[in-house]
Amino acid sequence: MSAEDIEALAVGAWILGTGGGGDPYQKLLNMRLLYEAGSEVTLVDPLALDDDAVVAVLSNMGAPLVGQERLSDPEFALKPLRMMEEYLGRKFDAVMALEIGGGNGVHPMMVGALTGYPVVDADTMGRAYPEAQMTSVAVAGLRCYPLTMADIRDNEVIIPRAASWRWMERISRKACTEIGSVAATCKAPRSGAEVKQHGVLYSVSKAIALGANVLKARAAHTDPIEAVLSATEGKRLFAGKIVDIERRATEGFLRGKAKIEGLDDFAGKEMVVHFQNEFSVAYLDGEPIVMTPDLICLLDTVSGDGIGTDVLRFGQRVSVLALPAPGVFLSEKGIAAVGPRAFGFDLEFKSVFKEPN
Amino acid sequence: MKRIGIDVGGTNTDAALLDGDRVIAAVKTFTTADVTSGVRTALKEVIAKAGDEAQGVVAVMIGTTHFTNAVVERRNLGRAAALRVSLPASASLVPFCDWPKDLAAKVNGGVYLVEGGHEYDGRPLVPMDEKAVAEAARKMVQDGIEAVAVSATFSPLTAECEDRAAEILQNEAPDIHVTKSSTLGRIGLLERENVALMNASLIGLARDTTKAFVDAVAESGLGAQLFITQNDGTVVRAEAAREYPVFSFASGPTNSMRGAALLAGIENAMVCDVGGTTADIGCLVNGFPREANNVVEVGGVRTLFRMPDLLSIAVGGGTKIGRDPLTVGPESVGYRLSERALVFGGDQVTATDIAVAAGLITLGDPSKVASLPADFVQAALAKMHENIAEGVDRMKTDATEVPLLAVGGGAMLIPESVPGISEVIHVEHSGVANAVGAAMAQISGETDRIYRDMDRDEAIAEARRAAIAAAVEAGAEESTIKVIDVEDLPLSYLPGRAIRTRVRVVGEAAALNEPVPA
Repeated sequence: MSAEDIEALAVGAWILGTGGGGDPYQKLLNMRLLYEAGSEVTLVDPLALDDDAVVAVLSNMGAPLVGQERLSDPEFALKPLRMMEEYLGRKFDAVMALEIGGGNGVHPMMVGALTGYPVVDADTMGRAYPEAQMTSVAVAGLRCYPLTMADIRDNEVIIPRAASWRWMERISRKACTEIGSVAATCKAPRSGAEVKQHGVLYSVSKAIALGANVLKARAAHTDPIEAVLSATEGKRLFAGKIVDIERRATEGFLRGKAKIEGLDDFAGKEMVVHFQNEFSVAYLDGEPIVMTPDLICLLDTVSGDGIGTDVLRFGQRVSVLALPAPGVFLSEKGIAAVGPRAFGFDLEFKSVFKEPN
Repeated sequence: MKRIGIDVGGTNTDAALLDGDRVIAAVKTFTTADVTSGVRTALKEVIAKAGDEAQGVVAVMIGTTHFTNAVVERRNLGRAAALRVSLPASASLVPFCDWPKDLAAKVNGGVYLVEGGHEYDGRPLVPMDEKAVAEAARKMVQDGIEAVAVSATFSPLTAECEDRAAEILQNEAPDIHVTKSSTLGRIGLLERENVALMNASLIGLARDTTKAFVDAVAESGLGAQLFITQNDGTVVRAEAAREYPVFSFASGPTNSMRGAALLAGIENAMVCDVGGTTADIGCLVNGFPREANNVVEVGGVRTLFRMPDLLSIAVGGGTKIGRDPLTVGPESVGYRLSERALVFGGDQVTATDIAVAAGLITLGDPSKVASLPADFVQAALAKMHENIAEGVDRMKTDATEVPLLAVGGGAMLIPESVPGISEVIHVEHSGVANAVGAAMAQISGETDRIYRDMDRDEAIAEARRAAIAAAVEAGAEESTIKVIDVEDLPLSYLPGRAIRTRVRVVGEAAALNEPVPA
């Protein structure tokens, strides 16, 4: 990957983060420093993996708000991988992102740069989601353990076994909360065969292409929101100004809602977007109009940059877009794992896109 | 109420004397290398021009791009040490790591990372290493550092570490000025630390500049109070500006846009302010500049300031014009226009010379530009028109045709017709719109308090009332007050439900609404 690819990845991943996964800026900064020092990252085609290759699934877990104050550190990202290698008694063949969305899309790049391990062009969400059971590999019913976790002090946690993905979520979340609501983790390792069959493939290239499109639009002074739509087959749902944000860091998540007052074509209308780390459901004048697993993206109207739930601000002018979800989440099991009910909204999932055949 | 607004720009120092919203007198003078003498001259001239009507001026509001320019042009900056209380977290992205290298090289007065800081829920991350803070202070003294910026993890939620570190620094090194990041707001350690560092690097300049302003106003014999305008179009007393020069960033464009709105009597328009060095293009919405969305960079450094959304292009009165091939900027002769431009006997072709040659303005000695070929003059003018039109187009948010207010000393460089613009409006005193804007700067009110056992809506309503009361107390007219910022931070670690709420409001000065005596 070239330095330009990394820059584009940060922009694209932030958009796909649907408000979560952390602002990629700090991880991008770390990557710039690592590239300046001569490191480089190799991106590998998931289909080129051996079936019995062992892939580390990496992420930073917790409330994105905390990442604004406790800055990203590559050494800290590497720690759980080393713990997992020690626990398994073998080295990994490659690393990949748990989620391509937000800073977590850049996270494995830091580890790739430090270790030389190739990074697989895939993830398990195609975006960002807050909980462990909300992945393509969980929907597929693959094994959820073991998991390793480290903090910046001298605390290390290994969860050798959990009864289910939900149990893994509960146990790991408790541990994460205790160490400050942010933790670097290495999730249940995946075989090459599992990645090929159940991963969300080519999501890294997709994020790079999306980011490059936005950067190109910015340089040419054309509408970056259009650039996002054209690169993703997304829909523009709303544009306005944030007039209220309610936010609380609870049990390791950042929950709340943002109220947006319509501008221009949307003047006189109001949208309320709810979030749990990521945007989950949006209401237009009281009616739910878009919900997960459709991707709900709040973008800076001027720059096309993603806006995280942790950095929403009074007065920001934002555009709300919906992007299509990876097919795996539109199945019955997928909807059960990441549909509106999984976030506590008693709503029947209805996509803003045409139902898949 | 009579007030004098002064705008100290990179090239010109303008002054306007207003009674209510009527402009009594306005002058344009050159900015001087020492700044003070320019301010003194502008004050003297505007008072002389107003004659008897200068009696009873109660306030002088100075807007200055001095501090922004210092950062942008990397001059007059002091070295500042960075003390960050965050270890063992945040070790890889050290202070200054995201600064432009040349600026960091000028400002960086040493980086000290020590253990400490807090979690989001109020627990200490690890106990603060007080010994390390004291050692850092001693090292700073050895290095001859005059200012330090202190930042700590989650200090907007609890400033305990920063307060204690500042105490230790003051004990060990009483002469070092301390800027605490928690006094500058917002969650976002890197950006908050950046602002604190810029503030620390500007402390020396801020002291000198405010003292110069105070002296100039005192010498004028007006007996008026001195205020400095801030980036959100409000004013603070000079003493506050001395401690927090960063809050004066970008006040110039805000002033000129608000001044333009007042002079033209139009509240929704595009504004193009052509100064000596740049043309700043912005968008007025209901009489206020549209604000930039998120992270704003100052001299290449990320901050979380609220600033007007502006596009600066290299077209100004002092812009250097090259022949063969034709070039417009980006360099400018800046405050040396009076010696460098051809019409003033210099040897550098500037945009001002082109304007004089094209007959758009009469200035200096027009015979000095008579030899410039007509096609060169026209081509240079066309290039500037093109750059301005493109900038205006970029800043427009929709296709509707709106008026364009042409202001600033170089307003004659703005074309008479611009695509997407209904009409280009020039008004009297438009050359000193920024000084007019400074004179009409608003009064702000702010509150930053912890409310307990209240739900969020109640806490914000309570904070809003307190902020409005503070603004009224400071002289704002209640009916004009608008909320410009709300931020609430849940403090889950305090007993009972607690929420830290900041609200900032602004309003017109009460006296501005009073009828102007005949």
